[in-house]
Amino acid sequence: MSQAVTPLLEVDNLKVNFHTPTGIVRAVRGLSFSLGRERLGIVGESGSGKSMTGRAILDLIPYPGEVLADRMLFRGEDLLTMPKATRRKLRGRRISMVMQDPKFSLNPVMTVGDQIAEAYRVHHKANAREARERTLTMLEAVQIREPERVYALYPHEVSGGMGQRVMIAMMLIAEPDILIADEPTSALDVTVQLQVLKILDDLVTSRSMGLIFISHDLHLVQSFCDRVIVMYGGKAMETMPASELADPSAMARRHPYTLGLLGCLPELGKPKGKLSTLTRDPEWLA
Amino acid sequence: MSAPAVIVDRLNVSFGSSHVVRDVSFEVAEGESYGIVGESGSGKSTVLRVLAGLNQEWGGAVTIFGKAQPKVRDKAFHRAVQMVFQDPYGSLHPKKTLDDALAEPLAIHGIGDAERRIARALSDVGLPSAFRYRYPHQLSGGQRQRVAIARALVLEPTLFLLDEPTSALDVSIQAEVLNLLQALRQERKLTYILVSHDLAVVGHMCERLMVMQHGQCVEEMSAATLSARKPETAYAQALLVASEGFRRQG
Ligand SMILES: Nc1ncnc2c1ncn2[C@@H]1O[C@H](COP(=O)(O)OP(=O)(O)OP(=O)(O)O)[C@@H](O)[C@H]1O
Ligand SMILES: Nc1ncnc2c1ncn2[C@@H]1O[C@H](COP(=O)(O)OP(=O)(O)OP(=O)(O)O)[C@@H](O)[C@H]1O
Ligand SMILES: [Mg+2]
Ligand SMILES: [Mg+2]
Repeated sequence: MSQAVTPLLEVDNLKVNFHTPTGIVRAVRGLSFSLGRERLGIVGESGSGKSMTGRAILDLIPYPGEVLADRMLFRGEDLLTMPKATRRKLRGRRISMVMQDPKFSLNPVMTVGDQIAEAYRVHHKANAREARERTLTMLEAVQIREPERVYALYPHEVSGGMGQRVMIAMMLIAEPDILIADEPTSALDVTVQLQVLKILDDLVTSRSMGLIFISHDLHLVQSFCDRVIVMYGGKAMETMPASELADPSAMARRHPYTLGLLGCLPELGKPKGKLSTLTRDPEWLA
Repeated sequence: MSAPAVIVDRLNVSFGSSHVVRDVSFEVAEGESYGIVGESGSGKSTVLRVLAGLNQEWGGAVTIFGKAQPKVRDKAFHRAVQMVFQDPYGSLHPKKTLDDALAEPLAIHGIGDAERRIARALSDVGLPSAFRYRYPHQLSGGQRQRVAIARALVLEPTLFLLDEPTSALDVSIQAEVLNLLQALRQERKLTYILVSHDLAVVGHMCERLMVMQHGQCVEEMSAATLSARKPETAYAQALLVASEGFRRQG
């Protein structure tokens, strides 16, 4: 891989704070990383700041949140200082995010097909018929059976896994340079999950997209991603090649938090009475 | 042997012209934990919704705790049978604090001692009591799912319908929630029906399970068969292979 070129994304010392009546919630506390044309996994427990990291990149941190960073560059351009309008244009077109709660991010009073078609027309010159056809192709690509029927369904009429694929289709139709996928396959059955990952994988290899893959499925991240950041309490505990995540021969190098996460997993064929849970060490956030 | 807690006999559900659940039959013993796995869109949530009395258009027979179930259920039913939904955002009211969300079911069912029950349910799911006055949008995805579980727990149900209860949770919280569910089952003789696409979770939690595809039950098996990776149908085998992770060709 030739990585000497400018990375797609460089983030230095990112902080996300929420000023609440009961004090400041530090959701992200000084995270730094760069993204090339690769699959970068982010794992870590609930509330560790994974989604807020994604949203901060897109400038979608809700009030009363504040984003601070020393640097945040998209292909060398400074996201923090560029005009809001320029940044807004990047969103959806060049940098997209598949949100964690697909149904919540969809418009409840518009059919899912029309929503994808609209997303396409915002970014591409196309008439209604072309947009509809692109949409049906996209729905088929994400392994939706009967795309014609699903096109006409409202969000409350699709199953959990269909909702997730609708969101993925909607984000991919704009052909972004960076896709941030927040738990994009958590509601999919394992076979469909692999088919959807294959699509993302092809986009990384053939269109050189950069993918940030947020997930709590450690085995999936290990088998799918190139690198992985392990987050805890808004900080990166460690960054490593994904293949090392659960590699028995690399365990000595693992952060205790990562080892703790691995220990919590139920395993087929190895019955455990009670699952181990994490013992957290305040030192990790020091 | 005690009578089964749940008997589903040739259940059929259609939405307009699409027939999404086809002749599904199964039984769950009292105190048993029964898993449902299978293809996305194959009708798993729909089966649970029918059992919970949330879907009024169905054919076939459903018997719960010895009682044939009518389409519309009474209040006692809605206390004894609780469902945890797949989509944590959708099941919480955006303008209600956690405290409201937990107090509401107690008020509806005229149950006193709300203070203590709410505090206990929150600690059971590992949420700090400082979260009581937060709104759903101020929580992470996994925190919202724990609120949904706490909300079902406060009513102390006897049949628990769990739709992907931990798919939004990280592995440490998942372990805590699964341990909690196991302990509750032993303590209170609860019966569970658990939908999950995580075969390891189903293998850990359930004694038996059903595999669904295209609205049908394609195979019923014991957890031992699952753990030994010896299912009969090609579809169930494909699920097991896929659960091993991603393989890049070439
Ligand atoms: N509006 C808000 N006000 C206060 N705190 C907030 C707000 N929004 C998010 N938080 C907090 O920020 C922290 C990070 O949240 P984030 O959504 O990034 O977690 P996450 O790592 O994505 O977790 P999950 O795996 O559960 O989705 C959490 O502790 C959350 O409670
Ligand atoms: N209200 C509705 N109107 C029309 N179709 C519906 C409705 N609710 C569900 N369906 C359809 O019924 C089928 C089964 O949906 P269901 O939610 O039961 O699937 P599932 O097995 O739970 O899938 P997943 O694993 O993705 O959650 C889907 O094809 C869905 O589109
Ligand atoms: Mg999140
Ligand atoms: Mg479902």
